[in-house]
Amino acid sequence: MAYVRQVLVVMVKDLRAELRTKEAVNASLSFALVVLLLFSFAFDPSEETTREISGGLLWIVFAFAGTLLLNRSFARELGNDCLDALIAAPIPGSALFLGKALANYLLVMAVELIALPLFGVFYNVRWTSQFWQLMLVVALGTWGMTVTGTIFSALTVNIRLREVMLPILNFPILIPALLGAMQLTSALIAGKPITADNDAWLKMLIGFDVMYTAVSVFLVETVLVGG
Amino acid sequence: MNAVAAEGVWKFYGDFPALRNVELTAAPGACLALIGRNGAGKTTLLRTIAGFSRPGKGEIKIFGNSPRDAETRRLMGYIGHGISVYDELSALENLTLFGKLYGLPEPRKTALEWLERTGLERVKDGLVREFSRGMRQRLAVARAFLHGPKVLLLDEPFTALDDRAIAVLQRLLREALAEGKTIVMSTHQLREALELATHVALLNRGQVAFHGERTAAMVSDPGWVYAHYGEA
Repeated sequence: MAYVRQVLVVMVKDLRAELRTKEAVNASLSFALVVLLLFSFAFDPSEETTREISGGLLWIVFAFAGTLLLNRSFARELGNDCLDALIAAPIPGSALFLGKALANYLLVMAVELIALPLFGVFYNVRWTSQFWQLMLVVALGTWGMTVTGTIFSALTVNIRLREVMLPILNFPILIPALLGAMQLTSALIAGKPITADNDAWLKMLIGFDVMYTAVSVFLVETVLVGG
Repeated sequence: MNAVAAEGVWKFYGDFPALRNVELTAAPGACLALIGRNGAGKTTLLRTIAGFSRPGKGEIKIFGNSPRDAETRRLMGYIGHGISVYDELSALENLTLFGKLYGLPEPRKTALEWLERTGLERVKDGLVREFSRGMRQRLAVARAFLHGPKVLLLDEPFTALDDRAIAVLQRLLREALAEGKTIVMSTHQLREALELATHVALLNRGQVAFHGERTAAMVSDPGWVYAHYGEA
């Protein structure tokens, strides 16, 4: 119980700090909207091919907009040397990591849930036909993106070019999760539910989330204080 | 058992040894003043003792245990160069947060007590980003003392403090020593530090050049250690 409480304390602290300034959320949301708008000019929304690649477009927007939020996760701790105080506190590194990952997850999900209806409008797509399955894919894909983004945010926190390093490190690792999420999202937006034909992507997405959560929880102490 | 022990500690930044075979102890109730020129390794040693990074070789022991053990961390309070509190949170929210992280039974009540002890009770709901420098420093002191640590690690604690914050810190440090707590502090303010210190250690280029009890000669002439054991 104490462990869960520690995770929640860190999560609430991060959410409260972000919602007071809204720096990262505003930047991420604005970025997502601008890119969705620009893509809608570049691709004809009435074209069938545009709908076929809509899952890919959507996840590219989610990935880049999410990176803006994830970049702030540990960077927020640098001001006033707050990371020292967190590392000095008697909580496991994994509780610190999970608290931050959960806060990031909620923030990234909020941005995505605002961007989704706008995506439907800009691309003239009925994205709600498989609503709950789409929500499941968005939830799983976002957790994969958040968990790897949070651990790389910790790894790059002391690097001067961390804003650049985070996507460079994170996106190659994310390829399997993004691939699965893109394939499933495109199918679901086209009205095709997840069946035995394409559930391998869903299994891969779940496997990715489980594996990278376990690896991150295991490695975070080393990332924060060295080997 | 020593409250703090550094046993043959080496710390490398790349190939550069910032600490070289450091052997240092502080008994319970002692106040060890770490002195040395800029770049001598004082901050690196304090951060390694605090468990922020692991030594390349050797061991740090706090009451016989690793500084990374959760129970050991509960025993330590650290004030570094930064104030280690969040600008976006209020003074009360900051202290309550750390009270919860340290597992205090009544974090809010303890936070309010410490805000009163440091003279910040009237601004408890104010955001830290709106505080003056002196108020921020007093809040940092409250944060470090909040959980009743038995070992206090202070990195240049008097540097850049205003008069009121110096008075608050000196009072709290005297009380801590009277209660048998152990203090290890790095400092350039020799006069303030030597008044409190029971022991002195001089670091030269990552090595301990002197480690011993503070003497009357050191108090009357704060440059005495440098004159006898410092580099030419």
